[in-house]
Amino acid sequence: MVCEMEIEDMDVEVLSSMWPDDVGTETDKQFNVEKPAGDQDTLKEVTITEKPAIADLKRLSELMDSTHQGSSQLTNLVKQWEYMQDHAVMLLRDELKSLSRQREEAEAKELEIIEEHNFESNGHENVLVLDDKSDFLRSSSFRERKRSQVFDSEKIEVDEVYDTVGYWKQKALRLEKLLEASRERERRLIEKLNESLKTMESHAAPVEELTQNLRRAEGFLHFILQNAPIVMGHQDKDLRYLFIYNKFPSLREQDILGKTDVEIFDGAGVKESQEFKKEVLEKGMASKREITFETELFGSKTFLIYVEPVYNKLGEKIGINYMGMEVTDQVRKREKMGKLREHNAVRNAMETELNKTIHITEETMRAKQMLATMSHEIRSPLSGVVGMAEILSTTRLDQEQRQLLNVMISSGDLVLQLINDILDLSKVESGVMKLEATKFRPREVVKHVLQTAAASLKKSLTLEGNIADDVPIEVVGDVLRIRQILTNLISNAIKFTHKGKVGIKLEVISEPFFTSENMNDNKPTTPKQILSNEEQNGDPETTVWICCDVYDTGIGIPENAIPCLFKKYMQASADHARKYGGTGLGLAICKQLKVELMGGRLTVTSRVNEGSTFTFILPYKVATPNDHSDDQDEFSDMSDHQHIAEDTTHGYFQFQPLLRSLYSSSEGPVTGQNFLTHNVTQSSCIKLNGFASDLSHALPSTNIAQSEAISSCSFESAHKYPNGESLYKEYESCSSSQASNEGGALVMESEPAVSSRRQEIDPHETTSERCEESSKPDSKPKILLVEDNRINIMVSQSMMKQLGYPIDIATNGVEAIRALQRSNYDLVLMDVCMPVLDGLKATRLIRSYEESGNWEAAIEEGVDLDTPSSETLQNREVCVCSTKRLPIVAMTANTLSESSEECYANGMDSFISKPVTLQKLRECLEQYLC
Amino acid sequence: MNTVVAQLQRQFQDYIVSLYQQGFLDNQFTELRNLQDEGTPDFVSEVVSLFFDDCAKLINNMSRSLEQPENVDFKQVDSGVHQLKGSSSSVGARRVKNVCISFKECCDVHNREGCLRCLQQVDYEYKMLKTKLEDLFKLEQRILQAGGTIPQVDIK
Repeated sequence: MVCEMEIEDMDVEVLSSMWPDDVGTETDKQFNVEKPAGDQDTLKEVTITEKPAIADLKRLSELMDSTHQGSSQLTNLVKQWEYMQDHAVMLLRDELKSLSRQREEAEAKELEIIEEHNFESNGHENVLVLDDKSDFLRSSSFRERKRSQVFDSEKIEVDEVYDTVGYWKQKALRLEKLLEASRERERRLIEKLNESLKTMESHAAPVEELTQNLRRAEGFLHFILQNAPIVMGHQDKDLRYLFIYNKFPSLREQDILGKTDVEIFDGAGVKESQEFKKEVLEKGMASKREITFETELFGSKTFLIYVEPVYNKLGEKIGINYMGMEVTDQVRKREKMGKLREHNAVRNAMETELNKTIHITEETMRAKQMLATMSHEIRSPLSGVVGMAEILSTTRLDQEQRQLLNVMISSGDLVLQLINDILDLSKVESGVMKLEATKFRPREVVKHVLQTAAASLKKSLTLEGNIADDVPIEVVGDVLRIRQILTNLISNAIKFTHKGKVGIKLEVISEPFFTSENMNDNKPTTPKQILSNEEQNGDPETTVWICCDVYDTGIGIPENAIPCLFKKYMQASADHARKYGGTGLGLAICKQLKVELMGGRLTVTSRVNEGSTFTFILPYKVATPNDHSDDQDEFSDMSDHQHIAEDTTHGYFQFQPLLRSLYSSSEGPVTGQNFLTHNVTQSSCIKLNGFASDLSHALPSTNIAQSEAISSCSFESAHKYPNGESLYKEYESCSSSQASNEGGALVMESEPAVSSRRQEIDPHETTSERCEESSKPDSKPKILLVEDNRINIMVSQSMMKQLGYPIDIATNGVEAIRALQRSNYDLVLMDVCMPVLDGLKATRLIRSYEESGNWEAAIEEGVDLDTPSSETLQNREVCVCSTKRLPIVAMTANTLSESSEECYANGMDSFISKPVTLQKLRECLEQYLC
Repeated sequence: MNTVVAQLQRQFQDYIVSLYQQGFLDNQFTELRNLQDEGTPDFVSEVVSLFFDDCAKLINNMSRSLEQPENVDFKQVDSGVHQLKGSSSSVGARRVKNVCISFKECCDVHNREGCLRCLQQVDYEYKMLKTKLEDLFKLEQRILQAGGTIPQVDIK
């Protein structure tokens, strides 16, 4: 490139030497770039780029004359030229001087010769001595020739006779004339020379030099600018274009020159550039700016514009020079970069945020885990306390003591529920939470919740329950959770209410709008699923939606606090938390874990200082009322209660604070103080449910004692008793959902044998066989301990002994299976980690047996069964009766590492963490046995 | 006579409390003691001596396994550690149990050196506990011989 450039430069120089031909006329055209004479071929590249250029050449030259920039450039050129010219003039003058001197000498010589000839002989007259002899003339051949020509052409003709006076005279005259003419010629020549010199001085040299320089500059500029995305221009002080150079012109010259930007095109950016130019013009300061144009002419383009003011020689502003470079791509790139950077920053911020969240989540998980573990630990002693209280309640107590004890049990139950809530939380989060479907009576639930609340009420509030007539007497649902919701909401309401009343209102509504969307969710258990379960049992039931309002006249909730009301560990405000205490867990559990899990909705409306109403809508199935009449009077003889008939359908209850009613039970309009009655008068199934829901009034042992007496003649209730009791216990200790499943299922089973549902289990057969087998309901349940460590065996055995249960022992899974083959057990305590066959596998095999009725899976596993085939047949019968799910409780070395999930996944019902303690065992036995 | 009993009883109390405080025992031992009644007056010492027998046997087995410079049967060691851990946890031998936990960790990563170290430690701990408990039982015997009853100790 450099090379080329040089060549081109040289070309320019060489070619420019041709210029003197037109110097005289080209003065005005010297900047004519459009059609440079003669150099189109050699300067093709350069000239091509010139073509699109638009320039008002005339104006430009004017500008060059009138502006500082122009004049200074010219001045430079002139100075340079003058310097060179001075030199040339000096040389010419020298030559001129030497010429004149030579001429003088020549003349002098001539004269001499003439004189000589005058006096010498004629022999030499015709010799043109000048030609041959004048050596000095030969040096300047031009002159010599000229002179000789002169002499040659003008041969002196003399008429006179030679060598006469006349002849010489004539000759002299002629010579004189010739001389005269020669002089004249010479003078003219000198004149011409001078003239030519002058012309040279005035034209040729400066023009040539200037042109050369200009050409060079021009060529250079064109070379540089030929592909540059640059627009250059000059605008006068009205911002009209006087000159523009544009590499890629989209307009013709005449469309631009003499116009302003605004006149030429419109669109975004045009005005801005116009303003910018004006600003520069006004301020007189050169400046740069980036302007994005959005014009029809050339679309969206960004230009970096440089504008400088132009002054004339007087220092007046006459316009601006303008240069723009298209930087659209760069700007885009820059914007892209900017955006990328922004994205990056955002992403980084998000990442940090995420990390924080992860950290917090991890912390939360750990805290939750700890909470769960702690709750688990707290639950054990607490269930002991509650259990003791229950046992105490079976002893002889007077009315007052009994009521105090009932309150105690209620409170213990509440604490257990709270702990269960926390455990539920982790259960729901790990997806273990299950819902139970049991029959219950909404009225009783409401009544009992209010009663329990009234028992611990320390304010003078009226608690009321209002149940619409169309609410079914019995419905099927997860009574435990519903009761928990109610208790939670009621205790909340009481907490935030200082006077007035708190109440529950139940009414049946039509199917709410949100159900359809709810169906689409993949909730663990939607009400439809519960329904379909029921329907599979061949007993289609109708669903009823019950709307439950829990209202109060309390402090209310400010509107802005409502959204966070249902968040975990949140209370309406920090002040409230301090003032009223609590974990802030209740509502969150109510909403997320209970109501929505069951396919319902929990909402709240509230007015500050007027009260709040929490409304939850849940679907229930209507229980078939066909079995109501069955055992109507079964327990009527044991009831020492009143209000038998009215409770079933009674729709309104009111409770005054227990402060008053506690010590005088007859006081107040309490209708449900002793509503165990009607439970008892209903079918056994209902009784059991009512039993469960009527915690504070349940007198287990006495009931048991009484039921024993009766049941000895009725196999149904004989069977019911332990199951019912287990349900009861389950409720008391708020144990795992599996247990309540068990309870729920058993309640169903214990319905009269005529009931045709649950074909697959065939409760009739089960019950009867069971009864035959264990006709004495108080016979010790059989427990199998599967454990390989003899110390653990010893300890556990001793503990079981102390608890009053003899146990059988198997030291590994295979032995356990053999033992199960031989006889029926009511509970298996299973170590997880054992030689030969571990607890998890053994449990799986046992479950598979329960499903299939044979031990094939175990045999496949390589378990060597010691039963002969004939005996298997016999056992088959026994098997059938043990179709009831055998409770298997894992004994794990560590609750956290030998995961409970694994135990559950392998079919275990629950687990005890090692080391086994009396308390844990007792709790476990309470849960599964009676 | 009574003062002797009282003194012995106090001594017993102090001693057993110190065993808890020094971490030799935990609540499971209390649990064990609670299981002892008239019907099984030697329950604790029976279980404990069974435990120590087990310890000796298991440690012996494990040390034989770990003696191999190469190809140690870690599965066997692991089962021994598991047994020991279960037993110690059942009797409330807290220190032994704790060593067992790290023993098991070493075993899980097949760290022979670590296992040997833990083995030594477990050996030391169980022997230590053994002498301590023998002392305790002797003290109990003396109280009983002196006509006193073993005092209930509330460990908190």
